Amino acid sequence: MLRPRHRLHPYLFLAPTLGILGTFFLFPLGLAAYRSLYRWDLLTPPRFVGLAHYERLFSSGEILRTLTITLSYAAVVVSGSMFLGLLLALAVNRKGKFVAFVRSCVFSAYVVSWVSVALLWMWLLDADAGLVGRACKALGIGEAGLLTSPSTAIYALAGVTIWKITGFSMVVFLAGRQDIPEDLYEAASLDGAGPLARFVHITWPCLRPTTAFVGTTSLIVSFQAFDIVRVMTQGGPTHSTTVFVYAIYEHVLLNLRAGRASAMVVVFFGVLLLLTLVQLWAWRMGRRSR
Amino acid sequence: MKQKGLARYLLNAVLLIVAVAWLGPYLWMVLGSFKSLKDIMNAPLAPLPSAFHGEAYAEVFRSIPVGRYLLNTTVMALSIAALQIMLVLPAGYALAKLRFVGRGAAFLTVMACLLIPAQVTFVPVFLMLAQVKLVNTMTALVLPFGASALGTFMVRQALLAIPDELIEAARLDGASELTIVYRILAPMLAPTLASLFLLSFVFHWNDYFWPLVMTTDESVRTMPLAVALLREQGTGVRWHIVMAGNVILSAPALFVFAMTQKHLLRAVAARR
Repeated sequence: MLRPRHRLHPYLFLAPTLGILGTFFLFPLGLAAYRSLYRWDLLTPPRFVGLAHYERLFSSGEILRTLTITLSYAAVVVSGSMFLGLLLALAVNRKGKFVAFVRSCVFSAYVVSWVSVALLWMWLLDADAGLVGRACKALGIGEAGLLTSPSTAIYALAGVTIWKITGFSMVVFLAGRQDIPEDLYEAASLDGAGPLARFVHITWPCLRPTTAFVGTTSLIVSFQAFDIVRVMTQGGPTHSTTVFVYAIYEHVLLNLRAGRASAMVVVFFGVLLLLTLVQLWAWRMGRRSR
Repeated sequence: MKQKGLARYLLNAVLLIVAVAWLGPYLWMVLGSFKSLKDIMNAPLAPLPSAFHGEAYAEVFRSIPVGRYLLNTTVMALSIAALQIMLVLPAGYALAKLRFVGRGAAFLTVMACLLIPAQVTFVPVFLMLAQVKLVNTMTALVLPFGASALGTFMVRQALLAIPDELIEAARLDGASELTIVYRILAPMLAPTLASLFLLSFVFHWNDYFWPLVMTTDESVRTMPLAVALLREQGTGVRWHIVMAGNVILSAPALFVFAMTQKHLLRAVAARR
């Protein structure tokens, strides 16, 4: 730690960063809380309504419905991408051109934009023109198209999301697996432990911090889902895929309800904060058990 | 031993299926972009086009100003990534190396911003920018992301590992503070800065959400918006055209990935 050469230096160095973060992240949060107390259509002057928006959001069941949809999407995404990612990480954990190629293939989906992935899969899942959609139809699932039925659309979105982000969990799990010292495995093998026993007694416990990280990161990512919903289903059919961010977007930009949208922003931030606390807790527990 | 060989054989077969499951869709996209409308209508499941047509690409260039959109996207993503690198260094330096009143509070402020994603701020920021008539400008796309909380944190962590003596020596040699930050410390942090730049560039190149909310005007719109719009135009069966747009959109990201793969993979793994 050094003495600054001039008293003002540290403040000058931090000013642009804190200025931008303050203006575009902290202040807006307060502004949202303030605006949530007003009814405002962006055209006429705002009118104070107190907590009416919150009452309405909870009593109409909108929050509950949005939360349920977001949660069921997140549950499928998190469990699916973690399971697949772990499996793949263990399968590609060796040297060689072939496995490096497989790794690149899976990870490339993580680098491509959500829009590209969404459009590509919309076509593939199309009941008439799509390769996967036709195959599903032949098997008797989703006759009218997986994206056009309210009961399957959210799971179709979750499936596409898994395809997109499994590369991430694979890479992180692989790094976690490679941190485990090989002599642990050698010693276990000498003691006669088979592959399953080695996984249960070495790999799984050692990977616990990694699992906590991947799980909570993908949980937060799936709560922030928007692009894929906007492109593939626009929240439909019959609101079955209206996840949190899409609901907010719909309120403010399509229905011009700035007040209601702001109230929803405040609730959404509360939910994310809760998830982050879970993340911190999981991270601590993971570290401690190691 | 024979059993082990069989297991390896099976595992490789499964991995081959995995590779196809991830590579196949891209291949399908590229092949689809060379089909004609007739191919799309009459034989949607035929893998190969009847002949390789450039029709779809011509239509993409006709219906959207591709050059303009690509330029906007590049300018936006490059400005954000460059601005972040520029600002992250002095901020990280002050937080890691300088003693001053309010350092703890400043650090906490930066960390608090990590908890607030753009998906939370877009409503109030949109309302703010609308009031000062900044919606539909490049400023609205770049400025909010000019500072990176995560980047500031990463640079601070990296600087903590560099001994104070090094900076003291540079000061004795007469180097100014800015020289120390940008000429002496920056090269030492090259790997951290490179991964920050890369991840930021790719993320913002791909971003759909923020430009969608903050722009309505063609002159500042970006490529992901334009390609998504291709599908909304017309009757909805023009998949060959959508896929041609999609190839143009995803090729640069895949190219950057191919070029920087090792670095990118390490950067992602290091975030744990």
